[in-house]
Amino acid sequence: MAETTHTEFSPNTAPEGEVTDLGDLDEKARLGAPSGAAASASIDGFTEEGERLSAQNTGSEQFGLKKHSHGNATVIPEASRGERRRSFDLADYPTLTGLEEDWRFTPLKRLRGLHTDALTGASPAVAVTGAGKVTVETVGRDDARLGTAATPEDRVSAAAWNAFTEATVITIPKETAADGEVMVSVTGSAMEAAAQQILINAEAFSKAVVVLDHSGSATLAQNVEIIVGDGAELTVVSVQEWNDDAVHVSSQQAKVGRDARYKHVVVSLGGDLVRLTPSSIFTATGAEVEMYGLYFADAGQHLEQRLLVDHAVPNCKSRVTYKGALQGQDAHTVWVGDVLIRKAAEGTDTYETNRNLILTDGARSDSVPNLEIETGLIEGAGHASATGRFDDEHLFYLMARGIPEKAARRLVVRGFLNEVIQQIKVPALEERLSESVERELAAGNL
Amino acid sequence: MSTLEIKDLHVSIDTEQGNIPILKGVTLTINTGETHAIMGPNGSGKSTLASTIAGHPRYKVDSGSITLDGEDVLSMSVDERARAGLFLAMQYPVEVPGVTMTNFLRTAKTALDGEAPSLRHWTKDVKTAMAQLRIDADFAQRNVNEGFSGGEKKRVEILQLELFRPKFAILDETDSGLDVDALKVVSEGVNREHSKGEMGTLLITHYTRILRYIKPDFVHVFVAGRIAEEGGPELADRLEEEGYDRFTAQSAVEA
Repeated sequence: MAETTHTEFSPNTAPEGEVTDLGDLDEKARLGAPSGAAASASIDGFTEEGERLSAQNTGSEQFGLKKHSHGNATVIPEASRGERRRSFDLADYPTLTGLEEDWRFTPLKRLRGLHTDALTGASPAVAVTGAGKVTVETVGRDDARLGTAATPEDRVSAAAWNAFTEATVITIPKETAADGEVMVSVTGSAMEAAAQQILINAEAFSKAVVVLDHSGSATLAQNVEIIVGDGAELTVVSVQEWNDDAVHVSSQQAKVGRDARYKHVVVSLGGDLVRLTPSSIFTATGAEVEMYGLYFADAGQHLEQRLLVDHAVPNCKSRVTYKGALQGQDAHTVWVGDVLIRKAAEGTDTYETNRNLILTDGARSDSVPNLEIETGLIEGAGHASATGRFDDEHLFYLMARGIPEKAARRLVVRGFLNEVIQQIKVPALEERLSESVERELAAGNL
Repeated sequence: MSTLEIKDLHVSIDTEQGNIPILKGVTLTINTGETHAIMGPNGSGKSTLASTIAGHPRYKVDSGSITLDGEDVLSMSVDERARAGLFLAMQYPVEVPGVTMTNFLRTAKTALDGEAPSLRHWTKDVKTAMAQLRIDADFAQRNVNEGFSGGEKKRVEILQLELFRPKFAILDETDSGLDVDALKVVSEGVNREHSKGEMGTLLITHYTRILRYIKPDFVHVFVAGRIAEEGGPELADRLEEEGYDRFTAQSAVEA
C-alpha cells in the first residue's frame, strides 16, 4: 500500500483515481481568507474577505432551476454537477447507452430492463415495525407530499417515479422522538422489474432512526425521498442484503433543513447489481450531514454508489466516509463522491473519504472523488481516495506473530469495515451486520 | 533448554536481474540463555538470515537446514514457526490498517498459546509491559504501527517480545534509528526477558553501540554471506575500534 490520490481543493475539476494504493491521506485543505486586503484591491474577484473567484462566475443553480437545452441527441457533459438534469418526465432522459458520465461504470445489460422496460412487476413488500409515535401510511400516486423532497436525476429514477402505484410515507411528527428504531423491511419475492416509492418525513425538531432493510429477490427501481425538517435529527440506514440474483437501483435524496442533523448509512452486501445514489441537499444554514457506506463485493458482484452533497447555502458541514472490501473474480465496486460548494455556500466545511481494500486478484474498484468549489470563502474542503490491497508484507507481519493466514486476513478486513458499522449506533443492527461481514469472509474462503 | 541450529545455510533471492545468492553457507547454534550478536557491514546477509529464520517468502533456501530442538523449521509455515517459539523483531515493522494494537496483541497471544489469555492478567501484563517500555497507554487503541515513529515501532516490537515470551528472539537491527534513551529502554526490555533464562537471543546489528547495553556471549562477524570470524564479547570491542575494514579488505582479496 503506497500510492494515493489525494486532492485538496480544485475548483471545477474532477480528479479521478481508479485503482490506486492505500497510503495516508488525512490532510485537509483550508481555504483561509487572505489578510492582505490592500494587495488584492485591484485583482478581479478579490475582496477584503478573500477570494470570490471570477466575477463572471454567477454560480450554478440548485434543483435544475436553470433551463436546459436538452432534446438534442449528442451527450454533452454538464459543466457542473449542479447542472445535471432533474426531471419527473421520462421523456427528458434519452435511452441509456452506457457512455453517460453517471452510467459509465454500470453494466446496463445486468439491469434486467430497469432502464428500458415498463416497471410493472409487483413491488417488494414493505413492512414497518418498531414505529412508536411514528405515522406509517400507504398512499396513492396522487398524494401531494410525494415528489416534494426529490426530483429524479436519472432515467431509472424517473422510470420508477412514473411507474409506482402506491407509496409508503413514514412521518416522524414534529418535536417527537421516535421510540426505538423504525425498521422498514423491504422483501422481494419476484424478479419482474418493479418500482417503489418511499417518503421519510422527519418534521421539525423530531428525532428518529429509520432502517431500510432490503432482502429477498427483486429487480427494483426505487426512490426514497427524505425530508429532514428544521432542527430534526434523522438517521437513515439502507441495508442491502439481497439474494444473489437481485438488481436494485435506488435514489435516496434528502433535503436537509435549517440546523438539522442528518446521517445516512449504506450497507451493501448482497445482490447481483446494487446501485445507490444517495444525495444530501442543504436547503438552509447550520445543518450537518454525515454519510457513511460499507460495501463488500464478492465474485461477480457489482456494487455502486454515487453520492452528491450539495452545499447551496452558507455554514453547513458534511463528512463522507465510504469503505469497501472486494474479493473474488470480477467483484466490482464503484464509488463516486460529488461535493458541490455553490457560490452562496460560504463557511462550508466538507471532507470526503473513500477507501477500498482488495483482498484477492481479479477484483476491480473504481473510486472517483469530485469537488467543485464556486466560492473561496469556506472553512475547509478536501477529499481522499485510496485503494490498496492486503499485501504479503501485512500477512507476513501478522503470521510472524503466530496468527494463521485466514485469521490474519479476517482480522484486517473486520477492523477495516468496523469503522463504518460502529457509526450505525443501533446495537442489534450493528451486531447483525458484523455477523454478515463474517459470513462474507467465510464465503470468500478467507 | 532449547537449541536453534542453523547448518550450512544457502539462501538466494529472485530479482529482475536473476537469482542472487546471499547466504553462502552459514552455520550457527544458539542455546537457551545465550546471546549471540551477528555483526557485519551492509549487504553482508545479516537481515537475510533473520528473515529466512522467520520464513519470509522472498528468501529462497537453496540448501542447508534450520532446526529447533530437532524439528525442521524450514518445512513450517510462517505462523507455525512463531507458534514453535521463534520471534523476529522486525527491522521495518509494517503498518497494519484497521487492526488495533489491543486486538492484535490479544489475537496473537491466543494463537501462540492455543487459548485466550485470562483477560484480567492479560490486561495487567500489557499495561505493565507498555509502561516499562514507556509506550503511551493510548497506543493500545491505535492501529498496529500506524503513524508510529521509528522508535515507537521498535519499542512495540520489544513489547511483543515481552508479552509473547518466545524460545528464541531474533532482533533484526532493533537498534537502528534509535536515540540513546530509546536504545536503553529497548535494551532493558530485551534484558528483562532474557534474564528469565528461558530465551535465546540472536542480536543482529550494524553498530556496536547496542552491545554496551545487551552483553553478547558470542559475536559472529558476517561478511559476504558467510561468517568471517567468531569470538567472545572481546571481538565486539575490537570491531568498535577497527571497524569492518579488515574483513571487507580480506574478502576483496579472496574474491
